[in-house]
This record gives sequence, structure tokens and C-alpha cells, in this order.
Amino acid sequence: MALDAVSKSFAEHRAVDAVSFSVERGSFFSILGPSGCGKTTLLRMIAGFVAPDSGTIAIGGRNMHAVAPNRRPVNMVFQQLALFPMMSVGENVAFGLARRGVPRTERTRRSHAMLERVGLADAAGKRVDELSGGQRQRVAIARSLVLEPTLLLLDEPLGALDLKLREHMKIELKQLQAAFGTTFVYITHDQSEALVLSDHVGVMNRGRFEQLGTPQDLYYRPATPFVAGFVGANNRIRGRVTAKNGAVVEITTAEGWVLHGHGHSGGNLSVGDAVEAFVRPEAATLARTERDLSTAEPHHTGKVRSLLFDGSNSSVLVGERDTGREFRIALPQTGRLADLKPSETVVFSFDPARALCFPAPA
Amino acid sequence: MLSRSRLSLALLLAPALLWLGALIVLPHVELAILSLRKMVGPRDYAFSLTQYATFFTEPLYWHVFVRTALMSLGATLLTLLLAFPIAWCIAKIARGRASSALFTLCLIPFWVSETVRTLGWMILLRQSGVLPALLVRLGVTTVPVEMLYHDATILVGLVYGSLLFMLIPLVSSLESLDNALIEAAYDLGAGGFATLRTIVIPHAAPGITAGCIVVFMLTIGNYLTPTLLGGKNSEWFTEQIYTQFITRFNWEQGAAFGFLLLGLSTTIVVVGLRVTGQRFGDVMRRT
Repeated sequence: MALDAVSKSFAEHRAVDAVSFSVERGSFFSILGPSGCGKTTLLRMIAGFVAPDSGTIAIGGRNMHAVAPNRRPVNMVFQQLALFPMMSVGENVAFGLARRGVPRTERTRRSHAMLERVGLADAAGKRVDELSGGQRQRVAIARSLVLEPTLLLLDEPLGALDLKLREHMKIELKQLQAAFGTTFVYITHDQSEALVLSDHVGVMNRGRFEQLGTPQDLYYRPATPFVAGFVGANNRIRGRVTAKNGAVVEITTAEGWVLHGHGHSGGNLSVGDAVEAFVRPEAATLARTERDLSTAEPHHTGKVRSLLFDGSNSSVLVGERDTGREFRIALPQTGRLADLKPSETVVFSFDPARALCFPAPA
Repeated sequence: MLSRSRLSLALLLAPALLWLGALIVLPHVELAILSLRKMVGPRDYAFSLTQYATFFTEPLYWHVFVRTALMSLGATLLTLLLAFPIAWCIAKIARGRASSALFTLCLIPFWVSETVRTLGWMILLRQSGVLPALLVRLGVTTVPVEMLYHDATILVGLVYGSLLFMLIPLVSSLESLDNALIEAAYDLGAGGFATLRTIVIPHAAPGITAGCIVVFMLTIGNYLTPTLLGGKNSEWFTEQIYTQFITRFNWEQGAAFGFLLLGLSTTIVVVGLRVTGQRFGDVMRRT
């Protein structure tokens, strides 16, 4: 599938602004963005419910201009699933086949085979409301996949599920996609879903793609401050460049805290520029004494403000000693420092190469 | 506690029960007694099924009876066909204020009494009325034609008068249909007609049935519209009842006709529910 400079406006609001990207056959592509970024509009244009103002959408090499949704080789799994309550599970799955004029016996055979593949072999005769959330999810996917679409669109299908089930369905979706080999285009505002599931992710903001890349790219090499702030947890520190040594820049915050970072994509920062530095909580090392820190990295001192316990994702909020600037640091997974108390004095350091600096927006 | 809540329930229900008892059950008991007797001498009555037998032996009554039922069914069907697209517009196409404005437009005629509305139709359709004059002016007919006193005129009047009662349950059942279901059907390859048949109508079925029952009951029991618009030819069963009670002063016969009409309309509704596979309870919850 390929999109070329697709745009759509609603009144004065430009919902999707000249978006271009292509998705390889058989891959899992996610569009990640906050609500209102235009991702749903984009998906509805691919499905055919909304016509783009300009630009072209091609699926399997065929231009989809003026092709109605019921004639596109695309199926969609809706946010609220939209299973038909007036039909049984089997009839739901067979619905698309019936519309294509597949004979009844063939229809039943294929829908049963599909239900079996998603692990719901004995659910065909049940009513939709007799199923659990996860089972409905699988029926919705089976209903689309039975039509063997070139492309399956998924509109935040896990949004309505509770956390535990969502974690489980994430894995199941990935396995289903691998088993069927269908191209999935998945939209979500949940970065963890996008990172876990996808081969490629497009991060969308205000109708535009900020960055397109693998989950690793987005996480370790964000292209814009928005991506750095949106994907994963990050400490965002604003300041001014006060010195420069090759790619390493010295930044001083308004409160006077001095730290070191790396200019994003080359050294196009110069002294006096306003910048935003992003440091991931796990990029910083926390210790009680400076002896435990790497001597190659600049050291900072602070006071523990609060402990954020979240199992393996636990972190500490530290206030920098002189300026009070808040900084989030991940706790080591080894259980070391698990006895840390609020208002204890700690030291921390991070590699300047892992503090990405972007020119601050004016 | 229990007895107190029972008492308050009884008190709350009392007006409705009084209403039902005094105005519906009691007169019907009286009518039932009336319908099952015949006069054998001055002020002397005996139990008899003569009144019902007359109905079956006199072809005119039969004829009017069947005609009323068929015309009412026809009017109900026409009302449904006309109301469905309107309900669709109100529930699915118009948004917010436009939707309530459309609904109000459908409601406005009902602020005027039924008699006045029917007389309005007479002004439009009578030979010296607006529409025949317009047709002459446009050259469609050479002389003004009488448009009143046809069966079609009766149907027009009945459909017009029943539209709102069909619209209300239809709009509410279509509004509760999730748009995503329609889109999903479309996405899975269904065209407009297939979506209507497989998704929209099954979803709206209780609303459709509720509307049809209400309209059918109103139509088959209507007296004013068939009499005014159909004139002497209207041959509506309620007119037969009126004639027996008022003109012939044959209360026994009128009472029997009343019960026959009640039986007829109930039978048709029950058959209708059976055929469409609806349950009365579900349907009534939608109204």
C-alpha cells in the first residue's frame, strides 16, 4: 500500500496534511499519535469512508480513487468492534462471504475454519453478547480475515479492554498477524502497543508524520522533540547552549543547572541557542556515592523527592541539589537501591551521547 | 417496610386502575351483556347469539368488515414506507438542531385538531377545491375533478393522520443503531440494500412492529377520517357501529359489532407478531 501526499481538511482544520508513506506487503505498520492528530481520519480514508481532498491512495498497486469501501480489498476492525448483535458469531464471520455470493455450505465451512484458527471453534452458534471481550476481539478480526483482504485496518481495537486483557491481546494480535501474513495497519495512541506490535511505526502529530521508522529508531533515535517526548518516558530539560565541544554541548537551564548533551543529527547547534534536551530515565545511573558512578560522565547531586514503585518500571523523582530541577531516573532492576527513602541525598550521571538536544521551538 | 412500599405502589396505580376499570372494563362488560341478548317483547330480553349470527348471514356487514381490515393494513404499510425514509433522515442524516427541527415539523400538524386537519384535506380536494382548480389551470384536466370520496382519499387522510405515530418508534429505534454497524457492513462488502435488509431492518424490527401496531389500531378504529373523506362510500366498520347505536337504536347489534372489531384487530396484531417473529413485550418496551 502506498499513500502519496494525502490531505484532508474539515472546515478550517487541516486534519491530515500531505501524508505520504508506504507499507510493505505482510508487515505490521502502526500509526501512533495523540487523540485528534488525524490518525482516525487517515485510516478512514484508506478504508474509503472519507475521500481525500488531494493525494492518492494505492493498494496492491491499484489506485483507490472513487472506489467505494465495499469494493476495496481492505477490511477494518472497528474501535468498538461493531459486531452485529442481531446475528450469531458464525453469521457474523460469514457475513462478508454472503455478500460476495459464496454458497451457504461453503460459507459455513470457511467461517468455521476461520473461527477454529482464532481458537473459537465452538462459538459459531453463540450470540455475540455471550462472548468475553477478548473473544469478541477475535471474532471481529476473524470476520475481516475470512475475506482474505490485502490489508487489514485496525482502529484502536484494544482501547475498550482492561489492562490485563490488553497485554494478552497484544501478543495474540502479533501472533495472528504472523500466522496469516496479512498486512496490518494499526492505529493507536498507546505507544507500548505500537512498539510491541509493529515492524514500522509512523508517529503522527497535527495531521503530519513526525517520524517514520522501526520501533527501535523511534525510541533511540527520535527525529523530532515531539517523538522524543511522546514515545517512551523522557526527561525534558529546556536550556541554552553555553559551550560547545564537537558534538557535545553544555546546556544551562534557566535555574542555572549545567548539564551536557549531544546535538541531534550533527552539530548544527551554536552557543546561545535555546534547546530542549531529552534524557531517558533508564539512561541515567543512580548511586548513593560518587564512587559508584562512571568517571567518564559528568556527575550531578540531588535529593530524592518521591519513589514511583511500578515493579520492573520503578523510578525515582530526584530534585537537583542547587536548582531543584526535577529529574526522573529508573531504579536498577537488580533490586539495588530498593531501600531508597524520600529526601535522601543521591548522585547520578548520564552519558552526554544519550541526552539528545533539539533546537527549542520558539 | 414491605407493606408500606406495597401501599404506595397501590396508591400510585390507583388512578390508572380506576381509569381502566371505570372507562374500559365496565363499559365492555355492559356491552358484552348487551351483545348477547335479543328483545323478545317490549322491555323483555333473552339470551341469544342472534346479533353475532346476523353479522355472518348479512353479506354487507362481512364486506365492510373485510374491507376495513384490508384498507387499514394498506394504510399501515403505506405509512411505514413513507415514515421510514423520514425517520432515517431525522435519526441518521440530520444532526443536532436540524434533527429536532425536522421532528418538530412532523409534530406541528398535530397541534391542530383532527377534525380541522381533515376539513383541510376537504378544502384541498373537493371539486371546487384548490387541487382540482390547479390541475385545470395546468391543463392536466379540462374540468375540475372530484377528488374526495375515493378509497385513495381515505388512505391519504389515514396515512397523514398516522405518520407521527409511526415516526416516533422508528426514530427512536434507528437512533439506537450504532453507525459503526452500518459502516462495518459496508466495509465487509454489503451494498445499501443488503445493509438495509441484514442490519437496519433487523435492528429496527421492534420499532417497526410497534409503529405498525399503533397505526393499525388507530386506523381500524378511526371514524372521523373515513366518514369525512370517504363520504357515503367509505363503508368503514366503525360507521356500521355508529349506525346501529345512533340511527337504528339497535344497541345490541352495535355492541356485537364492537366486539367483532376488537376481535378482528387483536387477531391481526397477533398474526402479525407471529409472522415477523416479534415478542409483544419487546415491542411495547420500544413504544
